[in-house]
Amino acid sequence: MQARPSKQEILLPVKFNVILITLTLAFVLNLLPWFGVGRILRPDFVAMVLLYWCIHQPRKIGFFGAWMLGLLMDVVDASLFGQHALAYSFLAYAAIVMHRRVQNFALVTQVVYAVLVLFSAELIMLMVRLLGGASLPGWDYFGGILTAALLWPLLGVMLKIPRRTRADWDGQDRSPNTIMKR
Amino acid sequence: MEHQPPPFFERGPSSAARLVFFALLSIGLIIADARLKYLDLARQSISFVIYPLQRLAISPVQFYHRASDFFVVQTELQSENERLAEQNLLNAAQLQRLDSLESENDYLRRLLDAKPRLGRSALVAEILYAGRDPLTRKISVDKGAQHGVIAGRAVVDEIGVIGQVTSVLPWMSEVTLITDKEQAVPIQIARSGLRAIVFGAGQENTLDLRYIPVDADIRIGDRLVTSGLDGTYPAGLPVAVVSNIESDAAYSFAKITCIAAAGVSRHRQVLILSLEPLPVEKAEGRQPSMQANESIKGP
Repeated sequence: MQARPSKQEILLPVKFNVILITLTLAFVLNLLPWFGVGRILRPDFVAMVLLYWCIHQPRKIGFFGAWMLGLLMDVVDASLFGQHALAYSFLAYAAIVMHRRVQNFALVTQVVYAVLVLFSAELIMLMVRLLGGASLPGWDYFGGILTAALLWPLLGVMLKIPRRTRADWDGQDRSPNTIMKR
Repeated sequence: MEHQPPPFFERGPSSAARLVFFALLSIGLIIADARLKYLDLARQSISFVIYPLQRLAISPVQFYHRASDFFVVQTELQSENERLAEQNLLNAAQLQRLDSLESENDYLRRLLDAKPRLGRSALVAEILYAGRDPLTRKISVDKGAQHGVIAGRAVVDEIGVIGQVTSVLPWMSEVTLITDKEQAVPIQIARSGLRAIVFGAGQENTLDLRYIPVDADIRIGDRLVTSGLDGTYPAGLPVAVVSNIESDAAYSFAKITCIAAAGVSRHRQVLILSLEPLPVEKAEGRQPSMQANESIKGP
């Protein structure tokens, strides 16, 4: 570990199929019928995975993908057509502009960054709704972001699995914590 | 780590330019959807694509329901069966009365030269999931255009009105609940016959009865039933019960809160009523029947 000049893990370039599959999985998670407390605390999985890939693979997925996903979410949510598309386009922008810096952030900073971006995306959607004549929701409208913050580190670990080199599977501790904190 | 590309690798327009492009595109869509309602076809084709994923996501829950249905204890089944048989008997008695009333009603209508009531049938649909958006109160059910559902149909359960089909996709449709802020139901107070419109309050099970004068004849506990004046909801279905009346002399209207009679949290099945398509001369056709009703009620 000491010999490695860079703190950056060497990761394989991700295949487009991997992005597609993870986004599909996130989409299915979003589609799950949630009840009770889960309804309040459910995060927007698609937004999270999209944000992750836009940070880490901005060349493979960008505005168009984000926008299309937004349209899909609009149909699923029966919300205004274009509402999610607008929020996800912003999300892609925030990720792509910052992606070089975010990749070098410490884990805590990354979480703060993700929460800020996801919160802004929710805020954009809320503003669209308010302009459309909806009334202000309670604070539980943003409940999902809390869960998203808790899940973000886990997401980082999980989405790194398909990009590991074979040498990384030798039992060494390579959790993002130890790597990111140097 | 990705390297900064040399300037001769063309990467297209800048991120800001792309953001502006896609944001404008989205805003255009939002406006088109909110104001012009042009996008039903786009919605339907997208829903066609994601339908398999939707079924996949719902399947664990459905599997759970099926499994729990399978492992029902026999005594429970027996008691439920007894209860249902009892209910059936009661319903049968009421149905007989309904038959005679209906024929009597038809006869009276013919006497008054009023249009006959619309015939109706119903379709049982299963609730798939409640919408994710906490600002609207919508549910999705598993019957769509392929099953003959048409937007605008009333949705009821065995107690009363639940809502109205607002968007139809090929194999499923969205039902806006009467508690949604933008949903209004024309009602009649069962006791006094007073007609009004009840609006959703945007909260669970709550409705607002607006524009009722402070001195109107309305009490807590009054049952609200559909008046049938809109041609969407058949007349006489229970909608809500008045739960609270605040009359402030400073305002000309009382603030009346009602509790919805039916609810979607109770069952997995709902009934989509299909009114036969209204005749073209709807407005003229309805007018005499309303007058007829009033003249009957008058004396």
